Amino acid sequence: MLAIFRREVSTYFTSPIGYIFLAVYYFFSGYYFYGYNLYMGTTDMSMVFQALFSVLMFIVPILTMRLLSEDKRQKTDQALLTAPVRLSSIVVGKFLAAFLIFAIGVAMTLVYAVVMSAFAQPDWIMVLGNVLGLLLLGAALISIGLFISSLTENQVVAAVGSFAIMMIIMMLDGVISAISWEWLTAIMNIISFSTRYTDFTNGIFDISNVLFFISVAVIFNFLTVRVLEKKRWS
Amino acid sequence: MIEVKNLTKNYGSKRAVDNISFTVNDGEILGFLGPNGAGKSTTMNILTGYLSSTEGEVKIDGIDILEDPMNAKKKIGYLPEQPPLYLDMTVMGYLNFMYDLKRCKIPRKSHLKEICGLVKITEISGRLIRNLSKGYRQRVGLAQAMIGNPDVLILDEPTVGLDPKQIIEIRNLIKKLGKRHTVILSSHILPEVQATCDRVIVINKGVLVADDTTDSLSHKMSSDHRYTLRVDGPEKEVLKVISSIPGMARVDSLGEKEAGTCDFLFEMDEDADVRRELFARLADRNWPILGLRSSELSLEEIFLKLTKDDSAELPMTQQKQVEVKQTVAKILGDDMQPEVEKVPVDDVSEDAPAPDSDSEAPEDSKTEEQTNDGGEK
Repeated sequence: MLAIFRREVSTYFTSPIGYIFLAVYYFFSGYYFYGYNLYMGTTDMSMVFQALFSVLMFIVPILTMRLLSEDKRQKTDQALLTAPVRLSSIVVGKFLAAFLIFAIGVAMTLVYAVVMSAFAQPDWIMVLGNVLGLLLLGAALISIGLFISSLTENQVVAAVGSFAIMMIIMMLDGVISAISWEWLTAIMNIISFSTRYTDFTNGIFDISNVLFFISVAVIFNFLTVRVLEKKRWS
Repeated sequence: MIEVKNLTKNYGSKRAVDNISFTVNDGEILGFLGPNGAGKSTTMNILTGYLSSTEGEVKIDGIDILEDPMNAKKKIGYLPEQPPLYLDMTVMGYLNFMYDLKRCKIPRKSHLKEICGLVKITEISGRLIRNLSKGYRQRVGLAQAMIGNPDVLILDEPTVGLDPKQIIEIRNLIKKLGKRHTVILSSHILPEVQATCDRVIVINKGVLVADDTTDSLSHKMSSDHRYTLRVDGPEKEVLKVISSIPGMARVDSLGEKEAGTCDFLFEMDEDADVRRELFARLADRNWPILGLRSSELSLEEIFLKLTKDDSAELPMTQQKQVEVKQTVAKILGDDMQPEVEKVPVDDVSEDAPAPDSDSEAPEDSKTEEQTNDGGEK
């Protein structure tokens, strides 16, 4: 697992992908930080984090698109799958590598808070809660992207597929209000990423939201392992 | 030791491997021979645990690959058909990664250095794999398989895409490895298997056709006593003279291989030996014999015989020989122009059904002469 993790992390920085991801993330987070905090003159970062929700939807697929699809295309999966390594180690190693790059991006948000603290103290608990929420959301989205990546051997298909799923996740809340069946809205409310994430930005730390995002990450990593396993039997 | 029992693999409704069983003993080099799409790669992928079999079992040193994949895989080094290389890594970076991946316990530096020395990639170890030629990539793939000194090496077409010099090097390396490891290698090139392997398994359309030692397989199939002869003399007369020797079953003219000479392929009757008589008669007429060597059936011909769908039909070479015979008869009969005899017997490879074999044939011709006694010349 460690070998795969290390290789993937180094690949992010020997290819442009890691840099592009971080650059885009820094650009948008910096833009929103300027717009919502510096320009408005407030230390409340909630708006920044709220805006980052939709940014993530667009940049997480960049991070995950090649994770497993590229292995399949280059046939390097033959090396991974015939080595004495568990499938779960392969998947978790790749997941953690993508998550680390993502976390490096998110860490910048903390720098913004530190910069602000030179002028006025931000609500640190609130900021940390937001960062935690962002990390959890990222973990869930990365595991979904990784799952999509395991289904195809084409990076572009993986990226577009992931974009589509992320768009659906984003639009889910808009759809909820238009639906009149109560049981369906109830279900959609439960799986709504945006509602749960908004709780964090509102300063509400609900353990069920934490568990929700962790569960999504675990479930999709598990499904990814099953996809790899199934390939052997096809 | 590798035990394969009743291995079957279906891809949907298509049966890729059909009830194959064999065992490979320690320190044996086993050749896996078959045309493209015969099921070689599928079998190898199952042996290494990359694919699962539909039925049957695979045991590596008594460990079932499905029941205990972790321990079984530790014993295997695998070079797939396309080397599984990360193009964005350097050779050393990649080998280090594979070393970590395999959780190798042997001291890293000396082990990797030794392997690099064996497959001769030491001087390119700092280069990006992306920039390497096919031959070097193949070697890096081989190096990767050797990491951790696995008991079993499974090599899927290890010499594909290499130049003749590299092919000889890799073959020698495989022979060397065969002393320490059990090696299974697949190929659709016969001289390669002939040159490197102790034992051959021939497989066609997923079915095991033959399983025997290389020598005995080639011996078994060539009950006929065949020789090639090179004489310095006029072709038609020489042919007439040799054909008239008692005990001569068949003579085919192979045409002019060396300026001013002509080559013949002849077959003797089971119990006859015409060689002395042949010498005497040619000496009488002052036609020097420049070469005479036995020509056993090459594995290629055996292979064609074994994998022929319709066994009643004559193998390709025999058909051609019949044609040549008819041509010769015509020449002898009414003295036609010699251009009709342009059907040479020795271009079997060009007509072989395996589509790749013709491109491989020229590369191999050199090594074949060394290893194979120029069998089909």
